[in-house]
Amino acid sequence: MNFHLKKYDPSTAFGGSQGKRDLRSSNKKAENPDEKLTAKDKKRIELAAAIGEQETAFDKFKVMCSENKLAAASLVVIIVIALMAIFAPVVAPYDPTKQDLLHRLQGMSAEHIFGTDQLGRDVFSRMVYGARVSLGIGLLPTFISLALGTVLGLISGYMGKAADFIIMRLADITMAFPSLLLAMVVMYTLGAGIINIFLALTFVSWAGTARVIRSQTLSLREMEYVEAARSMGVSRTSIMFHHILPNCLPNLIVLFTLNIPGSILSESSLSFLGIGAQSPMTSWGLMVSEGKKYLFTNPVIAIAPGVAILILALAFNFLGDGVRDIMDPYLNKQ
Amino acid sequence: MLKKIVNRILVSIPVLIGVVFLIFMMLNVIPGNPIEVMMKEHARADVVKRMTHYYGLDKPVLTQFFIYLKNLLHGDLGTSYKLNRSVNSLIADAFPYTLKLAIAAALVAWIIGIPAGIISAIKENTIIDRLFMGVSLLGVSMPVFWAALLFQYVFAYKLGWVPVSGADTWQSYILPSIVLGWSSAGTIARLTRSNLLEVLEEDYIRTAWAKGLSQAGVIIHHAFKNALLPVITMMAIQVASLLSGAVITETVFAIPGIGRLAVDAITDRDMPLLQGTVLFTTVLIIAGNLIADVLYSVIDPRIREN
Repeated sequence: MNFHLKKYDPSTAFGGSQGKRDLRSSNKKAENPDEKLTAKDKKRIELAAAIGEQETAFDKFKVMCSENKLAAASLVVIIVIALMAIFAPVVAPYDPTKQDLLHRLQGMSAEHIFGTDQLGRDVFSRMVYGARVSLGIGLLPTFISLALGTVLGLISGYMGKAADFIIMRLADITMAFPSLLLAMVVMYTLGAGIINIFLALTFVSWAGTARVIRSQTLSLREMEYVEAARSMGVSRTSIMFHHILPNCLPNLIVLFTLNIPGSILSESSLSFLGIGAQSPMTSWGLMVSEGKKYLFTNPVIAIAPGVAILILALAFNFLGDGVRDIMDPYLNKQ
Repeated sequence: MLKKIVNRILVSIPVLIGVVFLIFMMLNVIPGNPIEVMMKEHARADVVKRMTHYYGLDKPVLTQFFIYLKNLLHGDLGTSYKLNRSVNSLIADAFPYTLKLAIAAALVAWIIGIPAGIISAIKENTIIDRLFMGVSLLGVSMPVFWAALLFQYVFAYKLGWVPVSGADTWQSYILPSIVLGWSSAGTIARLTRSNLLEVLEEDYIRTAWAKGLSQAGVIIHHAFKNALLPVITMMAIQVASLLSGAVITETVFAIPGIGRLAVDAITDRDMPLLQGTVLFTTVLIIAGNLIADVLYSVIDPRIREN
C-alpha cells in the first residue's frame, strides 16, 4: 500500500491549494518509494518477511512503543488522564462544585494542590472533572466528523458525477472559513453548551477528512480487486464499505489521532471565549477563562488548567506522529 | 499563465457565494426575533415591531438574503444593531489593528521558523533537531489564550518589560505578535525542515557536493532556494490565517481589531456585525489562498508549465 498523507494541521487546514500540492508532491515520490524508507523501516519489513507473516496492528503497535519512547510515554499520559476522568469521583479530593467562600483564592497548599478559585472551589478537583469534557470533546467530535467525512468522501470518490460535485463544493465552502470563526457562528446559532460544541466541531472538521478519503478512493477504485468485485456483481455500497474502506483505515487512524489535539484546543478556545462549556460545568478552557481575572494575584488558578490542556494536546500530537510513522513506512514523513 | 490566474479567480466565485449563503442562513435560522432577543423583556411591543420592520426582518428569509446580497454587491455590509453604525466603518476602524498584529506575528513566525527549520535539517536526528521539533510541536499544542496569559504574567507583570494590554504603542504589539506567531513558527519550521531534507536528496545536490562545495555553499546556493518554494506559499496562506487567528489574541490583549469585533458581536447578539466580520475575514482567507496558488505557479516553473 502506498498512500501519502501530510500532517493535518488545523492552523493551515483551510488552504484549498494545499491539497493539490500534496497530491503533486506525493505523486512524484510514489515513483520511487523505497528512497523514503529509513533503515528502521527496512529492518522491520525484512523481519516481517523472515517470519513469513504479515505484521498485525498489534505488532506495529509494539514496534512503535519500543522504538518511539516519546509516543509510548504520551500514550501512558493519555491513559492516566483518561483514568482520572473516568474515576473522577474517586480521584478528586473535593466536590468540584462545593463552594467555600471563607477559603477563596488560596495559593498552592497541601490541602488544595492547585489552590482554590474565586468561589473557594478546589482547583485540582475541578480539573479532574474538567478532564471529562476535554477528553470527551477531543474524542467524540473527532470520531463523528471522521465518520461523516469518511462516508461523504467514499461516496464522492466512488460515485463521482453529481454527488462528487455537490460534496466537494460543500467541502470547499466549509474549508474556506477560518475554523474557529465558523465554530463561533455555529455556537451563536445553537447557543452555548456541550452538545452544541460537539455539533460545531463536527461541522467544522468533516471536510478535511472527506477530501483525504475521496482522493484515496479515487485511486483505490482503479485497483484490480475492486474491478474483480465489480465484475462479480458486488453492490456499490458493499464495494465502498467492504473493499475500499478497509484500505483507508491506516489513514483514518492517523487522521483520528492527529485531529484530536485540534478539537481539544478548539473546545478550550470556545469555552475561554465564554461560548463553550458553561458554569457550573467545568472545562479546562473555562477554568482558564474564569481564572484570568486573578492572574496577577493568584496565577495558579489560570495557569494549572492551561498546563493540563497543553499536556493533553502535546501527548496526542506525539502519539499521532508515532502512529503515522508505524502505520505505513511509505507515509510522507514530516 | 494569465488564463490560469483568471480561471482560478473564477473558481473562487461560487465558493464565495456559497460562503455568503451559508453564513446568512446559519445566522438567520435562529428562531425568534433578533430585535426582541436583543432588547430583552423591557421592549415595548410597538417599538419591537417598528424596529423589526426598519431592519427588514419581517420579510421572508430568502427575500432578506437577496436584499443582503444586493447590498453586498454595492459594498454595504449593513448596520450594526447594537452600535447603530455601519458595519463597513466598524471594520474599517478595526482592520488596521488586526493587520498590524498579523504582519508582526508573521514576521515573528518567519524569523524564528525558517532558521530553526534549516538548522534542524542540517543537524538531522541530533539533539538540536529533536529539541527544535519538540519546541515547534509545543507551539502547535499550546492553547493560544493560555500562552497569552502566561506571557502577560511573566513579561508584563513580573518583569514589566512591555505593557500588559492595549494597542497604544508599538511595544504593546510585542507580546501579542509573539503569542500569535509562535504556533505558525512551528509549522514553518517543520515545513522548511522536511522540504530541505527532501531537496538534499536530489541529484543536483549530490553533484554540488561532488564538486567539492562547502556545506554552506550547497545549502545556500543550491538547496535553500528550492526548499523555500512551498514555504513561501505557506506564508501567504498563513498571513491570511493569522488575520483570523487573531480572535483570541486580540481578546486577551484588548486590541480593538476584527477578532474583538466578532467576539463582541456574539456577546451582544449583534447579527449584522458578526455576519460582516466573518464574511470579511473569510474573503481575506480565500484571497490569501488565491495569492498563494498564483505565487506558487509564478515562482515554480514546473507548475507553471503543467
